[in-house]
Amino acid sequence: MAASLFDKVWEAHTVRELPSGQTQLFIGLHLIHEVTSPQAFQMLEERGLKVRFPDRTFATLDHIVPTGSQVRPFADALAEEMTQHLHANCQKHGIRFFDLASGLQGIVHVIGPEQGLTQPGMTIACGDSHTSTHGAFGAIAFGIGTTQVRDVLATQCLAMAKPRLRQVRVDGDLAAGVYAKDVILAIIQRLGVKGGVGYAYEYAGTTFDRMSIEERLTVCNMSIEGGARCGYVNPDQKTVDYLRGRPHAPGDADFDRAAKWWLGMASDQGATYDDLFRMDAGAVEPMVTWGINPGQSVGVSQKIPRTAEVEDDSRAGHLEALEFMDFKEGQPISGVPIDVAFIGSCTNGRMSDLEIAADLVRGRKVHPRVKAMVVPGSMLVAIEAQKRGLDKVFQEAGFEWRAAGCSMCLAMNPDKLQGREICASSSNRNFKGRQGSPTGRTLLMSPAMVAAAAIAGEVTDVREMF
Amino acid sequence: MSNSSKVQKIQGRAVVLRGNDIDTDRIIPARFLRCVTFDGLGDHAFEDDRLQDPNHAFNQGANAGASVLVVDDNFGCGSSREHAPQALNRWGIRALVGGSFAEIFFGNCVALGIPCLKMGAEERTRLMAAIKANPGAELEIDIASASVTVPGAGSFQGEIPAGPQRQLLDGTWDALAVLLESASQIDAVASALPYTHRFQA
Repeated sequence: MAASLFDKVWEAHTVRELPSGQTQLFIGLHLIHEVTSPQAFQMLEERGLKVRFPDRTFATLDHIVPTGSQVRPFADALAEEMTQHLHANCQKHGIRFFDLASGLQGIVHVIGPEQGLTQPGMTIACGDSHTSTHGAFGAIAFGIGTTQVRDVLATQCLAMAKPRLRQVRVDGDLAAGVYAKDVILAIIQRLGVKGGVGYAYEYAGTTFDRMSIEERLTVCNMSIEGGARCGYVNPDQKTVDYLRGRPHAPGDADFDRAAKWWLGMASDQGATYDDLFRMDAGAVEPMVTWGINPGQSVGVSQKIPRTAEVEDDSRAGHLEALEFMDFKEGQPISGVPIDVAFIGSCTNGRMSDLEIAADLVRGRKVHPRVKAMVVPGSMLVAIEAQKRGLDKVFQEAGFEWRAAGCSMCLAMNPDKLQGREICASSSNRNFKGRQGSPTGRTLLMSPAMVAAAAIAGEVTDVREMF
Repeated sequence: MSNSSKVQKIQGRAVVLRGNDIDTDRIIPARFLRCVTFDGLGDHAFEDDRLQDPNHAFNQGANAGASVLVVDDNFGCGSSREHAPQALNRWGIRALVGGSFAEIFFGNCVALGIPCLKMGAEERTRLMAAIKANPGAELEIDIASASVTVPGAGSFQGEIPAGPQRQLLDGTWDALAVLLESASQIDAVASALPYTHRFQA
């Protein structure tokens, strides 16, 4: 019988059905970082338990790492303490740690793919909601809490209820200036921030088929912003090609066998879904969020919706967002002045993101009012970008070129908004206070749109800058 | 909370917090995640919202000591941080009632033995009105019937998925003990997956 990738992966990883009706699911890859793991290791020790499969857990440092001086000890004593805890826990339990000294450090959802750890047909868990990113390879990947991090450390398993499956089908070509980020923002705008609760998403259709792996990572990354705990794209030849030669991918002698298994995990023709959503790629324009959740967005040529136009149960949230952002209903989003421009994060901090932004700023200058920064997603991204001279392009335009980390996506490090600043950001969340100032404001958009806003000093249509 | 105990009934006063899509960054701002224990997080629950809104529910003296949090739709969306339910729990919350909950937040609550009851919009409106009309009333949440009783104002029907309901009632909400039972089955599944031996023949 025809099966979806989701069903195949779920079945291959099922240990048993639990009395609660949940499934005990084996986790093929466990990624940890400094923020959500220390308490898990503590709980493990309180129970006198060991890490069950230490070679299936990998660690990195990303949320709290400063992107300026990374000399140890860090200036922030709390950040230093968290780093030391992760070091000690990894050492004690025999876990590979991609720390700063390894030269391979970076945002957890950037280094997993980069190292070839993320592979099709796997289950992947991490104490971070953007773990959905890894679905770009055809993995079932989801975020978990710290108690569940403990469960994975102790048993390599989770107790999970099987979600329903929705196919999100997008067909057609994207117009010039429209990117993967715009596609996922448009999907979330249409389905709402809770539209995906209880679902896993399969992204299918010619638009995703034509996307690069890095573009698919951007799409899957924001599944959780639409309420879906995981989202995936079926593996294809691009997936296989991306993995060939990566440090943790299968070796040459076994690679073809691996590729066959990976491609065999893709959804069969005729697989069934609990729900289907369709969108036409040609209808998508560059998107900008204007509110306080990632569903509150408009196309760059559009105006902020009027409160009377929104559905009854969204009206209070609409008013709250207008008040917090200090925007007026019916106001065009284009022309909104910005103070800060941030390019980076697990959504858009990869090589192709930096290349697109660099092409736009080459030979131009950042608007004098704007503080602009580029934060590569990993040390390897930074090295590759420097090799291609992108750091110089950004610096000559007036951007700061910083070291790898989560940076201003969530501001658990020195990179923060001040006061009421408005930030054009390539990250994933525009929640109140998200970027470090309780009253700071975030406008989410593609890296190209951030670059355009940095130059213009205001939200502007990147299509007019080519 | 390392030992799972049966969660059958929760009694206590309610605090009502209105608004859809209240995310975990608002429940506990990221700067308070710079820590290696969950201790002390209760003091910072909703810190930034409280600073910006003197009338925030968590600022009102009458709500101090409440143990049931009543919310609207999609509560706890965003980050997977368990620091969010940990902060609420350390503030005093033992159960939540709401229109709907984000999935990771809901799972984190179950893993701590904190029930989240879903309640439809009409029923929830009546519940909120009953709480307002009976300030300081001790509510009772009954997990087996998924209902909330407000003394003098009747009973309000919610719902809780069968799995978590059973985990709470049986005291198996801490999944670790159950997961540890099947060591040999775990090994069998692991070795049957070709990637665990790097696809070597």
